[in-house]
Amino acid sequence: MTLTFEDFPPGHFGTFGPRRITREEIIEFAAEFDPQPMHLDDEAASRSMLKGLSASGWHLCSIMMRMMFDGYIGRTASLGSPGVNELRWVAPVRPGDDLTLDVEVAEARVSRSRPDTGIVTFKAIARNAAGQVVCEWLSPIIVRRRAAVMAEQAS
Amino acid sequence: MGFFEDMEVGQRRELGSFTFTAELIKKFASKFDPQRFHLDEEEGRKSLFGGLAASGWHVAAVCMKMMVAEGQHQAKEAAARGEKVAVWGPSPGFRELRWIKPVLAGDTISFSSEVESLRSSASRPEWGIVQSRNTGTNQRGELVYSFLATGFVPRRNAGS
Repeated sequence: MTLTFEDFPPGHFGTFGPRRITREEIIEFAAEFDPQPMHLDDEAASRSMLKGLSASGWHLCSIMMRMMFDGYIGRTASLGSPGVNELRWVAPVRPGDDLTLDVEVAEARVSRSRPDTGIVTFKAIARNAAGQVVCEWLSPIIVRRRAAVMAEQAS
Repeated sequence: MGFFEDMEVGQRRELGSFTFTAELIKKFASKFDPQRFHLDEEEGRKSLFGGLAASGWHVAAVCMKMMVAEGQHQAKEAAARGEKVAVWGPSPGFRELRWIKPVLAGDTISFSSEVESLRSSASRPEWGIVQSRNTGTNQRGELVYSFLATGFVPRRNAGS
């Protein structure tokens, strides 16, 4: 069953994960997209503000996106996202961390310009196994409304 | 990039350009964002994007790649002149990230960064905090990507 706008009332939506973060993937992503020593090399990282090897923040965002895809976006009538209102990288993500993602619907409203769609604003909070918040973001997604999806499926 | 003391509000850096091929778009998407419009040309054409579109997180990751490459190039030049090299700190986050237009297969995006504000860190006197507006513009001159980044930049005379 495809999830539509109507399936996202404000409130807690779901918890996803855990997802283990490996040293190999931290270094692989950093080498391609964010080759700063604090994401690549233990010795240099130990001297950084984060005091040890940590994942690129953009890697963490990408992993959170994948956790959302596996959790619900993959079966949602999503048309994409216009952006991220605000994002905070709160604590470093270390090799071996098991991340859990909590997703809340902060706001859901029908689009004025495209009334067969709605705009669902999600608050996503990633935590490590100790329960410490590592990242949180607030981001809208455009989702089709049920009547439009059902009309298309019936035709 | 340099040290906090070298930066001024309004200072702009061109970070270079990057071509998003269909192959790179699908490779990133299959790992991190396997929505159908990021994986398949036909699905992309049928979507709001009108073509195979890069994941927004792919655009964001490439912007970081360009920023780091330009910073490392500057660091190398500073080192060659015998100057002290600034090593950036981490970022506490960002605001107002907008995927303004889709980045489609074959698009070449030019990235730039402009300093919006500078302040010293109250809790970490060896660091300054810079806010920059980072943007991406396609080959037709259309703004496709923008966000307001915050980052820690080292002060020149900290602890030396």
